[in-house]
Amino acid sequence: MKIKVFVTPKRNVLDPQGVAVGHALESLGLKGLKGTRVGKVVELEVDGADSPQLRSQIDKLCRDLLSNPVIEDYHYEIAGG
Amino acid sequence: MKSAELPPNPDPVLNQPITPELIKKHGLLPEEYDQVCRHLGRTPSLTELGIFSVMWSEHCAYKNTRPLLKGFPTEKRGATAAFGRVLVKAGEENAGIIDVGDGWAIAFKIESHNHPSAIEPFEGAATGVGGIIRDIFTMGARPVLLTNSLRFGELDSPVTKRLLRGVVAGIAHYGNCVGVPTVAGDVYFDRSYEGNPLVNALCLGTLRHDQIRRGKATGLGNPVYYVGAATGRDGLGGAAFASKELSAESSSDRPAVQKGDPFMEKLLIEACLEMMAVPGLVVGIQDMGAAGLTCSTCETASRGGAGIEIELDQVPQREAGMNSYEVMLSESQERMLVIVQKGREREIEEVFAKWDLHAAHVGTVTDTGRMVVRHHGVVVADIPATALTDNAPVYHREARRPAYLDRTSAWTPEGSGLRDLDLEGARATLPRLLALPTIASKRWIYRQYDHMVQHGTVVLPGSDAGVVRLRLGSSEKFIAIKNDCNGRYCYLNPRRGALIAMVECLRNLVCSGATPLAMTDNLNFGNPYKPENFYQLKECVEGLAEACRYFDVPVVGGNVSLYNESPEGAIDPTPTVSVVGFIEKEAHITRQFARAAGSRLVLLGGAPTELGGSQFLGAVHGLKTGDAPAVDLDGEKRLQDYLLGQIRKGRILAAHDLSEGGLLVGISEMLFGTEKLGAEVDLSGLGSLRMDALLYGESQGRVLVEVAPGDLADVAADASLSAVPAEEIGTFRQSATLSVATSIGTLDWRVADLRSEWESSIERAMKRPGLG
Repeated sequence: MKIKVFVTPKRNVLDPQGVAVGHALESLGLKGLKGTRVGKVVELEVDGADSPQLRSQIDKLCRDLLSNPVIEDYHYEIAGG
Repeated sequence: MKSAELPPNPDPVLNQPITPELIKKHGLLPEEYDQVCRHLGRTPSLTELGIFSVMWSEHCAYKNTRPLLKGFPTEKRGATAAFGRVLVKAGEENAGIIDVGDGWAIAFKIESHNHPSAIEPFEGAATGVGGIIRDIFTMGARPVLLTNSLRFGELDSPVTKRLLRGVVAGIAHYGNCVGVPTVAGDVYFDRSYEGNPLVNALCLGTLRHDQIRRGKATGLGNPVYYVGAATGRDGLGGAAFASKELSAESSSDRPAVQKGDPFMEKLLIEACLEMMAVPGLVVGIQDMGAAGLTCSTCETASRGGAGIEIELDQVPQREAGMNSYEVMLSESQERMLVIVQKGREREIEEVFAKWDLHAAHVGTVTDTGRMVVRHHGVVVADIPATALTDNAPVYHREARRPAYLDRTSAWTPEGSGLRDLDLEGARATLPRLLALPTIASKRWIYRQYDHMVQHGTVVLPGSDAGVVRLRLGSSEKFIAIKNDCNGRYCYLNPRRGALIAMVECLRNLVCSGATPLAMTDNLNFGNPYKPENFYQLKECVEGLAEACRYFDVPVVGGNVSLYNESPEGAIDPTPTVSVVGFIEKEAHITRQFARAAGSRLVLLGGAPTELGGSQFLGAVHGLKTGDAPAVDLDGEKRLQDYLLGQIRKGRILAAHDLSEGGLLVGISEMLFGTEKLGAEVDLSGLGSLRMDALLYGESQGRVLVEVAPGDLADVAADASLSAVPAEEIGTFRQSATLSVATSIGTLDWRVADLRSEWESSIERAMKRPGLG
């Protein structure tokens, strides 16, 4: 079973990396760019099946380790469970 | 007088009636709300309530401390027309400025970011650095160095480790990216800071006298510009938030933490300095720190005796749909307010376009004395500017001597039956003290900071004070800088603890070869509404002021951070002081590390005799008690004048002041330089009633110096002329051991063992499992 965790800066939080990448995209000729946000993807491979217990454990790990809940949001997808 | 009500706000959410709950949520007392109504002649709108709430918070208005701060000397008595004059005084502007001669000056200030760092250590500390840098270049000065003063709980807790890791990384990130070196600092670990760390950041900049800029709005019709980064919803109400105690609910305050962008700040520094270098272009300038657009508009208007009108539609915004409350109170970073000479708008716009930054014409200087804010053309706030600044409430709080002081000040080692150290105990104690995180090498911390960028750092972090070469036009000058404050002493005796913070800081500078010039202070205390806390605050401020007057070291600026409490209670009172000293000649720069085998070790000031408040008592006996060590201002002055004289005569190879850990810790630290020396010390001739007090007590006014044998007679003769006790206590050797003869026998250690305890203690504590 594969779990993909997406961690992105919160909508209200400044994302300097996103701004810098946006600048670069514009200078490479991308027209009409309205915004760029840069986050990260964490891929996990876990034995077993999807279950409420697993999801609550993943949620806890996302809050405690994989994301910084003060400035980042997360969500995840479970495939092949 | 009844004034007309404002028209409805374009955002219906902001038209809700002001209830007692809303007033309380904004941190205003009912009587303060009545004052707001009197100032306005009507009830405030929600936007106005928010504006009053941040401007009347302790962070902006110093409402509980202003009467106390008036006791600080703000001018240098010994200044001459050519050197040492205070050009911009404390409280006048964003930072004080002092003359360093030849038409040059330095601007410096320290500021706290304690509460944001407690919630989000990395961003909290990083934006603290960004904020203090802006305070300096807004004065027209180029930032040349940073220091920081940090306090954490004991390093054995995972919470403290997380905070330390985050805070240090945040400081390193911002300082390193923006290209300003972090050259010195001080760090203490104590249970009282558990969950409420202190993060005080200092910046110093250099400028010519004619480059000094003020945060004043003057000249009817002059355009008001907003420059720098766009405004988002970050840090809403941060200043008000910094004036609340931390509680379990604080985590729901989380959006109050801002995020910084040091690369943006670097652009802003260069753009602002370029703009200010154009003659006559800039009328006034102020950074948007705590309380952002609100604070910068009403303060510049109030200082200039003018009014300001702004239209929020013109403010660059990062997010859609922000209302007037959000735009006015946002604490987005890297923004400045600039008042430009009318008719020269294009010039400033060109400078900022070149640096790829926003420069938006948001308003105009008026002569009404009012701060008028429009949104979509509708007036959303209309307030007399001085109501927010000079006429903010001022309180004389009640001070009550805390009951614990009777118990602690009466404590004596004899009275409590404390057994003195035997030979084995004395031997085992030294490595233990050297490994205490408060005493141990802070290498793990400062190696994360770029302390060399800009190429001016002469004495790197790790010695008594940081020394930096300032390039001022065609000339060079050297300054030393040092922070100090032992909160333990301030807890045990607030007034004397503050005195000690000052005299020890001065002593550190003198040990580096510098003459103290001026100071900035950061007063970190608990909730002032508790009379015991206010007593500590009052006593500490009076102690600092006394030392400042005595040593003629004026206060050129500072910051107050109250409400430093966690559920366990208030922090130890921590009036952090940071003093800048001036070094006349490069040859006078002195370090703490012993340099030559065969040279002698001389103890100035006499044998230590006190145990109260020492690290020894804390670490070995688990006690935080006794009275703080005695301070003799006259003796201290004699010692410092004498030592500086000897340094200038070239007789001092190394100098190190005795502080936390006492005599043996001091001697050991002198051996931890690059020369790999040992020492043979004989303390049996020193009279002291107790072995523990002699070896590990923290009596003040003591300095260890290294002297070449040929200079010994002169050093001793001058000491007796100056009435400074000087005792030759040992010789540095090309050996691997430190051996100390005492009246109870001889103690031996391998220097390498001591060094490894001292050097790697924090590194060991911070090691992450599984990472080599």
